[in-house]
Amino acid sequence: MSILVNKDTRVVVQGITGKEGSFHAKQSLEYGTKVVAGVTPGKGGSTWEEKVPVFNTVADAVKAEGANAALIFVPPPFSADAILEAADAGVAVIVCITEGIPARDEARVKAALRTTGAHLIGPNCPGIITPGECKMGIMPAYIHKPGRVGVISRSGTLTYEAVWQLTECGLGESTCIGIGGDPVPGTSHLDAIQLFNADPATEGVVLIGEIGGTSEEEAAAYIQAEMKKPVVAFIAGQTAPPGRRMGHAGAIIAGGKGTAAEKMKALTEAGVTVVKSPTELGAAMMERLKG
Amino acid sequence: MKVHEYQAKEILQRYKVAVPKGRVAFTADEAKAIANELGGTVVVKSQIHAGGRGKGTFSDGFKGGVKLAKNADEASELAAKMLGNVLVTHQTGPLGKQVQKVYVTECSSIAKEYYLGIVLDRAKQMNVIMSSTEGGVEIEKVAAETPEKILKTWVDPLVGIQPYHAREVAFGLGFTGDAFKECVKLVTALYQAHEDTDSTLTEINPLIITEDGHVVALDAKMAFDDNALFRHPDILEMRDLTEEDPLEVEASKFDLNYIKLDGSIGCMVNGAGLAMATMDVIKLEGGEPANFLDVGGGATTERVKNAFRILLSDKNVKAVLINIFGGIVRCDVIAEGVIAAAKEIGVSLPVVVRLQGTNVDKGKALLKESGLEFAVADNLKQAAQMAVASVK
Repeated sequence: MSILVNKDTRVVVQGITGKEGSFHAKQSLEYGTKVVAGVTPGKGGSTWEEKVPVFNTVADAVKAEGANAALIFVPPPFSADAILEAADAGVAVIVCITEGIPARDEARVKAALRTTGAHLIGPNCPGIITPGECKMGIMPAYIHKPGRVGVISRSGTLTYEAVWQLTECGLGESTCIGIGGDPVPGTSHLDAIQLFNADPATEGVVLIGEIGGTSEEEAAAYIQAEMKKPVVAFIAGQTAPPGRRMGHAGAIIAGGKGTAAEKMKALTEAGVTVVKSPTELGAAMMERLKG
Repeated sequence: MKVHEYQAKEILQRYKVAVPKGRVAFTADEAKAIANELGGTVVVKSQIHAGGRGKGTFSDGFKGGVKLAKNADEASELAAKMLGNVLVTHQTGPLGKQVQKVYVTECSSIAKEYYLGIVLDRAKQMNVIMSSTEGGVEIEKVAAETPEKILKTWVDPLVGIQPYHAREVAFGLGFTGDAFKECVKLVTALYQAHEDTDSTLTEINPLIITEDGHVVALDAKMAFDDNALFRHPDILEMRDLTEEDPLEVEASKFDLNYIKLDGSIGCMVNGAGLAMATMDVIKLEGGEPANFLDVGGGATTERVKNAFRILLSDKNVKAVLINIFGGIVRCDVIAEGVIAAAKEIGVSLPVVVRLQGTNVDKGKALLKESGLEFAVADNLKQAAQMAVASVK
């Protein structure tokens, strides 16, 4: 078991003929992911890399190939459109990698998705991977290993750091989900932790947060009330100055709110093991799963 | 991206938000001419990207970045004192900011001050209009001490502002009669401006009612979503580079995310989260990071070279820590960039490199064979310890 994606997931890559889309579609295919279709408006009818049929619309890809998940690599001005197109075509899981989408577009898309039942991951994220089954994203495949721990993170490379430790210490990962660093993410920490709580294959969860917003606090409230599995967390940006955007559009302490200290406090009070350094995540999870 | 008050008001006026008449002046003579045009008592306001100007002090001891002038000659004198002078407020930090221009406006007779602001509520994922009868003071202070005095009105992004939203605000602030109608109009216009321009913060503090009963935005602050600037070339033109750190401006030319801090260990990392975490680990090991620097997912040799150059031009930097977790970015490419940069610029500082991920062995081998003295660490903790030890 896993969350959201598995060996039966049928992926359509939007923007498959672009540089990024093409490169990562290839990596996903090599990993064994069922990349069943591509979409590039105007290139419908062609075949990408002599392997994957390309369609003009997501609806066509769904109809012809039974795609049920979309992986989006289109430039920021067109990303909102791409997400809405996928949702409208009935795609259940939509992963948007694109960084730099205006927050106004994200808020509108998020509101529009409420009525569709589609599950959006990202934008501005590394994607989602269920090791050994399905890779929808830009994460380096080889650092992952099928296993027992779920990973939720707002960051890319920091996630790899955590995953690498879980793999090295032999725990492995059930599913790793990068929720992205933007102010209006499709999936929140809370959404992801609920899914992991319900997944029988996940025995513990590593939660990686960062400054800005209240996503970690919302997850903490749920963990305290409902979580049946151990959670280990790290919050990046303990030394970040207020009022400055730390790379990610959503990583900013605004009006004194969204500090690492607040988030660490909320999580600790909810029974989460909060580590001060990301280098301790693997060991802390080993410890929690022992007990 | 931030803009000055006079620029924010320029934008708001396009939406028919009522603001006091005024213009920007770059010299004392210009200030005098504008004051003459306006006639009577005017206000001379220092234009810097920071709040608290009225209560600020200039580095030569002159008090107040916002002053009343009874006539044009006084306006000219005040402008002369402010222009070129460095204004320190609670938001600028101790170094303050140099005033390059002043905004000369007509003087409004204030009957009462209010607060009005629009910002994205990240928890609810929609914009919230915040209004309060406690105007003219910091809203953070009101929120902390008397949160019940802040009225919050949420606007669904799919429907946008409706008349009832604006009425709720105007009723909440206690307006009646014609002032009520003016407030409804102003709130609607303000929201439209916020939405159309991809503003991340639109703040009127204070919003006032004048003694003759008009509702006016006395001050204005706007900041814009960097991700949306591609569709607002007119706003991008308002960017004032003199308000930004020169190293940060230089970094932005190469698509590098760089933020200068006060410590002594320069960091170069791929990925924003890992970059923040690297700063945290340095601090945990007893050091102080000199900067935040994300070289990004598509780091090329050229980009790494520029990143290295910018890092080293900060004179506080005594050691450099490079932390790369290769995914898309290959470790050998990073190593090549670092070696090229070190050879070109000539580095006399200790450089600690930690590589992990794609092509890590190749990267480490390149560093070793370069003949340059890099300290290679196996993990982040060790790297931070080595960097901290080297500056002590």
